[in-house]
Amino acid sequence: MELDLSSEDAAFRDEVRAFIAENYPPEMRVPNPETDLTKEQSLLWHRILYKKGWIAPLWPKEYGGPGWSVTQRFIFEQETSRAGTLPPLAFSITMVGPVIYTFGNDGQKQKFLPRILSGDDWWCQGYSEPGSGSDLASVRTKAVRDGDHYIVNGHKTWTTLAQHADWIFCLVRTDPAAKPQAGISFLLIDMNSPGVTVRPIITIDGSHEVNDVFLEDVRVPVENLIGEENKGWTYAKFLLGNERTSMAGIGRSTRYLGRLKQIVRTEIGEDDPSFGEFIREIARVELDVLALEATELRIVAQMSRGIDPGPAASLFKIRGTEIFQRITDLTHQAIGNYALAIREHPVSANRFMPGPDYGHTATEKYLNSRKLSIYGGSNEIQRNIIAKAVLGL
Amino acid sequence: MDIQLTEEQELLRSSIQRFLREQYDFDERRKIVATDEGWSRRHWRSFAELGLCAAPFQESAGGLGGGSLATMIVMQEFGRNLVVEPFLETVVLAGGLIEDVGSAEQRQAFLPKIMEGYAIWALAWAEGRSRYDFHNVTTTARRQGDTFVLSGTKAAVVGAPWADKLIVSARTSGQQRDRDGVSLFVVDRHAANLHLQSFKTIDGRRAAELTLMKVEVPASQMLGNEGEGVAALEAARDRAIAALCAEAVGAMTELNSATLEYSKTRKQFGVALGTFQVLQHRMVDMFIALEESISLTQHLNLSLASKEPNGSKLASGAKTKVGYAARFVAEQAVQLHGGMGMSDELNVGHYFKRISSINVQFGDPTYHLMRYAQQS
Repeated sequence: MELDLSSEDAAFRDEVRAFIAENYPPEMRVPNPETDLTKEQSLLWHRILYKKGWIAPLWPKEYGGPGWSVTQRFIFEQETSRAGTLPPLAFSITMVGPVIYTFGNDGQKQKFLPRILSGDDWWCQGYSEPGSGSDLASVRTKAVRDGDHYIVNGHKTWTTLAQHADWIFCLVRTDPAAKPQAGISFLLIDMNSPGVTVRPIITIDGSHEVNDVFLEDVRVPVENLIGEENKGWTYAKFLLGNERTSMAGIGRSTRYLGRLKQIVRTEIGEDDPSFGEFIREIARVELDVLALEATELRIVAQMSRGIDPGPAASLFKIRGTEIFQRITDLTHQAIGNYALAIREHPVSANRFMPGPDYGHTATEKYLNSRKLSIYGGSNEIQRNIIAKAVLGL
Repeated sequence: MDIQLTEEQELLRSSIQRFLREQYDFDERRKIVATDEGWSRRHWRSFAELGLCAAPFQESAGGLGGGSLATMIVMQEFGRNLVVEPFLETVVLAGGLIEDVGSAEQRQAFLPKIMEGYAIWALAWAEGRSRYDFHNVTTTARRQGDTFVLSGTKAAVVGAPWADKLIVSARTSGQQRDRDGVSLFVVDRHAANLHLQSFKTIDGRRAAELTLMKVEVPASQMLGNEGEGVAALEAARDRAIAALCAEAVGAMTELNSATLEYSKTRKQFGVALGTFQVLQHRMVDMFIALEESISLTQHLNLSLASKEPNGSKLASGAKTKVGYAARFVAEQAVQLHGGMGMSDELNVGHYFKRISSINVQFGDPTYHLMRYAQQS
């Protein structure tokens, strides 16, 4: 399905497509880019986009954005995701960057934005804590003012790729007496500060994507506070809105669906009794993708007319993650007996992995995708948001 | 239809429970999985000493005569504790096949060692393109005088890397997909010209791809009648399914109680998670899924024990229904545990992975749904 494109937009689409084809680094085409690349490898495409001036489609031009229309941004998102490119550092570009240019002061903008764009700084997100998952307002990490510093103590968890990070943006409690949402501040912390410890969390797929981050008497200069003290909740909500818009994941689902079809055609003969069941299930998912894509296009069209999409992001998050989970589940089933095997991490080409190449990541993807309905506000929370904000219940 | 356990069966259950409670907690299990072999010979010896390895076999063969109900009791407790030792492969599959179709000499030669815990076995039936069909076999066995010469590859043989003996299906006659013409052979794991490539499985076990390059097997090591291997494997699968369903029930039991406990203690938005109606209903559905699975598993095991004629159809039905139920429970247990459910540290994810693996072994729920439909 395509947007009804003007000739300028069609030309733009062709330009993006050609640029990806010519410039996407071949060394990033590994079986599972999310877990198999080194820090340097995963930054290659980020840096290429930076040089091209395409690194931050959402950003206003004055801060380094390309100045695209809603439609152009959507085309770019669609093309890069259809081509299976690894997105640039999301915590930097999509999350903290907009917070800094929206709520930060000039000094902060000058200090952080250029290094975010260039990929020189790697950012991670210090939101979740052991006691506060979907209920973010219950954060307990404390920041106590001491002269021109804050002394920060606490424990952040599920911190994605903190092992690579130079900076972490944190929600911290600065006023313990206030109501939960009212006493939170948004603080930028240098990961090299004394008192910051990163401990890996291995997930059920065997990979190391997330971490515990312990903060013990970490001294953070007051100049690293974003906006006003105790107003952090406003900035955090702003950021979470950005997090959820990209979750429909149409391009990714379409690619994985294509691969699933290939596997089913190769592995399951037409005389296999399961063949018909797989065909039906694939058709069902394909229709789910189609419906979500149509919804996305409809909302993009509304946005380009200046209509606020409201909590549409929650719908995308729910359906996008459910669809992708279903695709990884079907792919895992499609590889039959080899669904018993799983790659060992860290991944090495020297380790034996049975079965055809296209099935090698099926098991880990199925396991890893269970996180999708949990993180970024669980799907239960997203449904609550729609119930309240859309249906008025 | 609720099974009232006999005093003997109660004793079997409580002795396993006591042993596992004392010697097979989650930390111990984690250590065992991390070893090179991925299972513990010491614990295996203990299982044999407790009589578990002899429990299902007929008394005439030196067993304890417990049949499929004994297997059910063992596997349910193993499921609750995520036991990784090759009980299914050695006792249920290989032992069951030897008892079922083996000659008197073979029973005498092989069963005592299995029952005493001195021999580990694995069953090599799958091939790269066979999916879940026993008759889709390209590995060949050609007769040369008093021996058969086996050539071909076997896929995803769970437990093979450390097994002493393998039961290998190979074609003695017919075409790739013929039902007739598949025979079973007992092959020494260290036989000449047999090559193994090992890998780890999703649930922490070890498996291997087998390459047989003219492996010579004495004709006396053919298990069951020549060309009738498929029927023997189908009966073995029914027994394996009964055991796997019991194991799944054990795993689901633990997942449900862990989830319930967590939902009562974990607080978000100032209240326990369990106060949210949407989560309450989810846990009710998990409860129902477990109840139905317990019932079907008991029904299947009773049917197999009394050799009911529709046992095999029922096995496919149970594999389907319990498979879907277990997957639902496992996925929701992870979901309701939130991030913790995704972590390798907590046992929840490991139950999830074992259930994923159970759903692959001997055919996924979809395969068995279609098999059930074809027999209806």
